[in-house]
Amino acid sequence: MKNSILALLGSVAVASAVVPATAATLDDVKNRGTLRCGVNTGLPGFASQNDQGEWQGLDIDYCKAVAAAIFDGDASKVQYSPLSAVQRFPALQNNEVDLLARNTTWTMDRDTALGLNFVGVNYYDGQGFMVRRDLNVTSALQLSGATVCVQSGTTTELNLTDYFRANNMDFNPVVIESQDSVNTAYEQGRCDVLTTDASGLYASRLEMSNPDEHIVLPEIISKEPLGPVVRQGDEQWFDLVKWVHFGLINAEELGVTQENVEDMAANSENPDIRRLLGADDNFGEDIGLTNQWMVHVIKAVGNYGEIFDRNVGPDTPLKIQRGQNALWTKGGLQYAPPVR
Amino acid sequence: MTADTESISVPHERISLMRDPHTRGLVIQILMIIAILAFASWLVNNTVQNLASARIASGFGFLSARAGFDIGQAPIAYTSNSTYGRALFVGFVNTVIVAACGIVLATIVGFLIGIGRLSRNYLLRALSTIYVETFRNIPPLLVILFWYFGVLSVLPLPRNAVELPFGSYLSNRGLQTPAAVFEQAALLTLAAFAFGIAATVFLVRQNRKRQLETGERRPILWLSVGLIIGLPLLVFVATGSPVTFELPTATRFNLVGGWQIKPEFLSLFLALSFYTAAFIAEIVRAGIVAVSKGQTEAASALGLTRGQSLRLVIVPQAFRVIIPPLTSQYLNLTKNSSLGLAVGYPDLVAVGSTVLNQTGQSVEVVAVWMVVYLGLSVATAAFMNWFNARMALVER
Repeated sequence: MKNSILALLGSVAVASAVVPATAATLDDVKNRGTLRCGVNTGLPGFASQNDQGEWQGLDIDYCKAVAAAIFDGDASKVQYSPLSAVQRFPALQNNEVDLLARNTTWTMDRDTALGLNFVGVNYYDGQGFMVRRDLNVTSALQLSGATVCVQSGTTTELNLTDYFRANNMDFNPVVIESQDSVNTAYEQGRCDVLTTDASGLYASRLEMSNPDEHIVLPEIISKEPLGPVVRQGDEQWFDLVKWVHFGLINAEELGVTQENVEDMAANSENPDIRRLLGADDNFGEDIGLTNQWMVHVIKAVGNYGEIFDRNVGPDTPLKIQRGQNALWTKGGLQYAPPVR
Repeated sequence: MTADTESISVPHERISLMRDPHTRGLVIQILMIIAILAFASWLVNNTVQNLASARIASGFGFLSARAGFDIGQAPIAYTSNSTYGRALFVGFVNTVIVAACGIVLATIVGFLIGIGRLSRNYLLRALSTIYVETFRNIPPLLVILFWYFGVLSVLPLPRNAVELPFGSYLSNRGLQTPAAVFEQAALLTLAAFAFGIAATVFLVRQNRKRQLETGERRPILWLSVGLIIGLPLLVFVATGSPVTFELPTATRFNLVGGWQIKPEFLSLFLALSFYTAAFIAEIVRAGIVAVSKGQTEAASALGLTRGQSLRLVIVPQAFRVIIPPLTSQYLNLTKNSSLGLAVGYPDLVAVGSTVLNQTGQSVEVVAVWMVVYLGLSVATAAFMNWFNARMALVER
């Protein structure tokens, strides 16, 4: 806890001492030879470390995709900075990270007053509630009077208050800084209810000593569009990260996968695929990269669907269905402007 | 300063201003102040400029905007419709509460353990030593987490709460006791209590004066007890016991009603107290040991008992050594209370970090933190300095 305060003070000190780099993040990254990526301190499926200490997850794959696009396919050139909810924005604002891929909700305030730009939505989420099965609660509307554990510095904290107010219910909040401590407090019975983004609830439930004792209630009380974030003031960098994101979605729509990408780049006759993979035109060069940028990205991490399935999909312990995160052609919300 | 330099330079031959130590000192000090002020204003200007160029909103206007979040323990009126400024104030009050309670308990425990370390009883001495060595060698954050998660896991859920005497309950939601609801007539009892204290103070003063004049003391202990406890009790019964109790009752999730001490407060309060008490114990021991042995011997030569010599001779002298480092410990405890963030105690830092995250105004919130902690520390130090001056040995 002290560390995070120190880091925050450090960030503030940096804000007052150094002029933040307002331009040329891409040049900085190329010169440095690594992409500095701010990620969650540990959220299974999105950003967590495995037994070997390697980072993996949906957000991690976004860091890798951007690195692969810049460094001609080398997805290992990423330096991960685990950040708490409170630390994340100062770290990005003060140029301690180049990119924040940390399941961060896109809100108007953050997009404007905080000097940030959201590049898109890599996961459509919503806030939910988890309770112990033996409380026999079946709806969030039965939660009046409950004690609720919530992480500090999140949109979750505000939605929670709004939801209970709107439904004329009381609650006692217990607000703790780290999600791990929030989970522990809930599991030990300090709270009746644990609330966070639904994906986070499923991830947290996996880590409980007995996951079957807990149920996630059906109500989703908010819109939580999660996405990567960059600083305002560097349009080139903003465009680059945005189009890596769109490229991943377009690749899925066009059926370009990790396996067939090289073959498609060489032989495909589909003009959409030829433009995406740099066989025609100079879209890569327009964003300061080589024309093979998307080939490198797809070879490194696969398309959006592959990233989703590998990290949070039905075959992973999280078992999350595509739902709203399916492509627009399959009834979901994931839609990317065309590469042309 | 100028009068000084003139009086020195006039009788002697005139010397160059640069060689005059007073003038030189003055010039250097003025230059230093200008340099510091220039640096500070550069810092502020640069920060404001950088925030603007990074397109981050700045200024303290956000303090009057609606907060929109709830606080678990608000000792003053607060709802999610209150302002960010109000929220920060709630955090400040919580910090003061836990620091004040912590200072009281830490002082009591610290003095007991410190005196225990000098005891003639081997067991007491050994236990006190073990206590000091254990607590002062563990980081305070660990002690807090131990109290929070360690104790929480032992306590039962509210529906299996442990029933204590007088309708109190203990569960992992904290300690819940009946709340006394006073009626108007209870003010009379309060008045009687205040009168009792005032009368006792008067009695004690009279007695001391009498002792100084005649050397005799009158026994006033029982009279004082009667005035402070007996009189209010009598008034209380006479006015028909104007108090009712609100008992905690079980609802679907929690025990509701009555007074509640939450585990977040309890764990932070106990951890800070026991942690700081270890340091205070060492300070107390050092203070007592610092009083020369001759004082004890002189006291017993005068026929004072051991208790009397401790109370009248040793401790007043030890206080002079104890108070300055004790002040530092009080300041440490106040600042360590910011670790409450780890266990969800809504102190100034915990509430501040929520505010910071909702508004994104990190520079402003950190500035508020620094000013408030600085203010608290200066106030504590000022009080202790005043106390120290009072306790200082008046040499005649």
